Amino acid sequence: MKIIIIGCGKVGVTLGAQLAQEEHDVVLIDESAARIQGVPEEIDAIKLVGNGASIAVQTEAGVETADIMIAVTGSDELNLLCCVIAKKAGNCHTIARVRNPVYYQEIGFIQEKLGISMILNPELAAANEISRILRFPSAIKIDPFAKGRAELVKFKVQPEFRLDGLSVMDIDSKYHCDVLISGVERGDEVVIPDGKYVIHDGDIVSIMAAPRNSMEFFKKIGVQTNPVTNTMIIGGSKIAVYLARQLTSMRIRVKIIERDRKRCEELCEHLPDTLIINGDGSNRDLLREEGLDKAEAFVTLTSMDEENVFLALFAKEISRAKLVTKINRIAFDEIINRMDLGSLIHPKFITADTILQHVRAMQNTIGSNVETLYHILDGKAEALEFQIREDSEVTNVPLMKIRLKDNLLIGCINRNGTIRIPRGQDHIQKGDTVIVVTSQKGLRDIRDILKK
Amino acid sequence: MNYSIIVYVIGWILNVEAVLLLLPCTVAVIYREPSGTSLAITAVACLVLGLLLVRKKPKSEIFYAAEGFVTVSLSWVVLSVMGAMPFVISGYIPNPVDALFETVSGFTTTGASILTSVEALPNCLLFWRSFTHWIGGMGVLVFLLCLLPMAGGSRMNLMKAESPGPSVSRLVPKVQTTAKILYEIYIVMTVTEIVFLLLGGMPFFDALTTAFGTAGTGGFGIKNDSFAGYSPYLQNVVTVFMILFGINFNAYFFIIMGKAKQAFEMEEIRTYLLVIAASIAAITWDTLGIFQSVGAAFQQAAFQVGSIVTTTGFATTDFNKWPQASRTILVMLMFMGACAGSTGGGMKVSRFLILIKTVKKELIQLVHPNAVKKIKMDGKLIEHEVVRATNVYCVAYVLIFAFSMLLIAVDEQTLVTNFTAVAATFNNIGPGLDVVGPSGNFSVFSNFSKLILIFDMLAGRLEIFPILVMFSRETWRKF
Repeated sequence: MKIIIIGCGKVGVTLGAQLAQEEHDVVLIDESAARIQGVPEEIDAIKLVGNGASIAVQTEAGVETADIMIAVTGSDELNLLCCVIAKKAGNCHTIARVRNPVYYQEIGFIQEKLGISMILNPELAAANEISRILRFPSAIKIDPFAKGRAELVKFKVQPEFRLDGLSVMDIDSKYHCDVLISGVERGDEVVIPDGKYVIHDGDIVSIMAAPRNSMEFFKKIGVQTNPVTNTMIIGGSKIAVYLARQLTSMRIRVKIIERDRKRCEELCEHLPDTLIINGDGSNRDLLREEGLDKAEAFVTLTSMDEENVFLALFAKEISRAKLVTKINRIAFDEIINRMDLGSLIHPKFITADTILQHVRAMQNTIGSNVETLYHILDGKAEALEFQIREDSEVTNVPLMKIRLKDNLLIGCINRNGTIRIPRGQDHIQKGDTVIVVTSQKGLRDIRDILKK
Repeated sequence: MNYSIIVYVIGWILNVEAVLLLLPCTVAVIYREPSGTSLAITAVACLVLGLLLVRKKPKSEIFYAAEGFVTVSLSWVVLSVMGAMPFVISGYIPNPVDALFETVSGFTTTGASILTSVEALPNCLLFWRSFTHWIGGMGVLVFLLCLLPMAGGSRMNLMKAESPGPSVSRLVPKVQTTAKILYEIYIVMTVTEIVFLLLGGMPFFDALTTAFGTAGTGGFGIKNDSFAGYSPYLQNVVTVFMILFGINFNAYFFIIMGKAKQAFEMEEIRTYLLVIAASIAAITWDTLGIFQSVGAAFQQAAFQVGSIVTTTGFATTDFNKWPQASRTILVMLMFMGACAGSTGGGMKVSRFLILIKTVKKELIQLVHPNAVKKIKMDGKLIEHEVVRATNVYCVAYVLIFAFSMLLIAVDEQTLVTNFTAVAATFNNIGPGLDVVGPSGNFSVFSNFSKLILIFDMLAGRLEIFPILVMFSRETWRKF
């Protein structure tokens, strides 16, 4: 497909790289020549300097024949304008990033009347993800599928679970829970396991299941399943506002520590039920005075990655809080992962994932449709939700008989609202939704699961 | 909330109380009074409990604002409860609520009494009563600060919580030294008063109890007619010393440091003395008809004004029988109270000054909406936080006052009685008007009302917020 991306910030570049890799024709536009030059050479795309809202620039980029236009500049207004113009100039799909909560509240009107296909609010998406984690703090990450009916839950294997040395098949027969171990990360290695794979302590395991069943499984192996009752947030950012609202509605007590006095006063207005403390999060005495040692969750949302990391490390030492750390730049991913900071939130990834999902869904190949897509296992694998609209070589055949690609698993089948963890005799039917976990990127069609 | 350190401090308070109880015990020995055993028993109980609580050193030295307030409130409650035991055990005040009332009245330097006949008490108990005034006046926790080793920051939190006034400042960099200096000034002044009283021919025991009552601006007398029976000279000595003890101790510190001029320039003290002078003049003129001479009227006016404005509560005449204007002036004085940083009660002169300045500022800003104006006192800027806290204090004050009056109204006393009963206890004065006037006492009230008034006495002495903080849900929240 022909895709135009306006705005070469962190998200724009990530998207450009990913989409170019998936064989799309990508054009990147940015007003700043410096930023265009900063785009890595390896990205196989055209790079243009210009104002994305200008019809001349858009025409040069080929808006008349483009399929999708994605506007991810730093300004909401610019993004919306680019989309409106592109829609009139070329009638392509338009995706805009809009962060201002005021606009976001009017999203219905904007999408309908301005004809924008999708509006992204990365802060809200990040806040949603953090809420999910805090609801089940023992997990490192929770990705919902099938409109929440199935979940991919990532957690670290601790010695007290007594899973060390058991193979995937052993665990299945021992616990009889309808869960599927879909992925294992050990050190730098990422594996989509088969039945014989042996689990060890320290592994980071992702399991796919209906929420009820995953809870049951966790209870059986001895994982704490209660949600947190209080949360301390450092940094009064937009994510903090969305998050605090969600947590408060879940009856979780929230405290936000913010450095800027004026911002604190704004926060007071937005969040009347949250305790706003004006202070520097790196002041250890302040953290102690405000009860860090009794906090059950500690979320660092400052604008500086380094501060987020240090604060998380400090909290780890003096409390048993569930740590959630926001990382903006993905420069030192592996190192941060190894520091065991609990859950990491990458707003960049969240936005990119959502857009990629949409792009893939648009590739309206006959027979199947990508509903949901997540980067999982540290970005080294993908979990995709396919809607099966027609019969094909993969339908009505027992799964045992299908030759699947390596490193690929059918995670679960959603038939008429019921989640099934597939066994060998199960088959895929028309009308089902299927969740596939694979380290192969770029799957577009359900038939892509077949070994060629 | 660092419970271990709160418990530890309370333990030390009890130990200190045990030692202090030895003095009235000694008095009992001197006068051969059997009630001394009740004091001894209480002392032992305090010691035992105290040693038990200080056995374990606190796990952490953390002592933030919340800990300060809670420590102060609980300490005073514990102090009072234990201090009431001698009265109950000896049988002189068998009703525990009455005994608690009397003790709290002592420690909070109120001076209101439920006793119908003070002279019926043995000397050792009279001594203990008056001694509680002296202890409570400067503050028992400030006393502890001189002795106890604690982290610097935590000391300040403790001192701030117990010391009266809109803002507490240090005299010298170290809080501990500040506390020591305050106590030194306090002791010297007390001894000086005793000397002057002895020079006037007062018996030693009377001099001691009077000095205790004056220094703490408490007001417990050992005679049924309070101070009326003593000679004019003695009354005048007490008048002078009452007023002196109502002055901000910072001023005495300046004088010691040789900066006397700075002391005399303090706005608060000037206002205080001005109000006293004006009140004495007005009352003298108003009561001319009652007394034999201008001199007598002046002397009596001076004593009563000095007593009420410093919230001491000694009386040399039944001012309940005075003309209405004079009575009203006295009631007004009850609310203003003495200077901050003294042992007096009431709202404190500095708060009044801040409020008046705030009103003046508001008027200017109403006329000039874009004006920018800051409030200053003694040439220094008063921060917004202090102004805000003062305003909130006044609101809380009025609310508690009103609510207390409402609750004690059940006892069917007159409005004037109820009003002045609350005023006299909340401002830590002692005598009110009508039934609780200088020739009356608080025995007419029910146990429930006495408990309300006990709360008021504590809230007044501790300046409301430590007590409220103790009852607030937010304080006890874990997170």
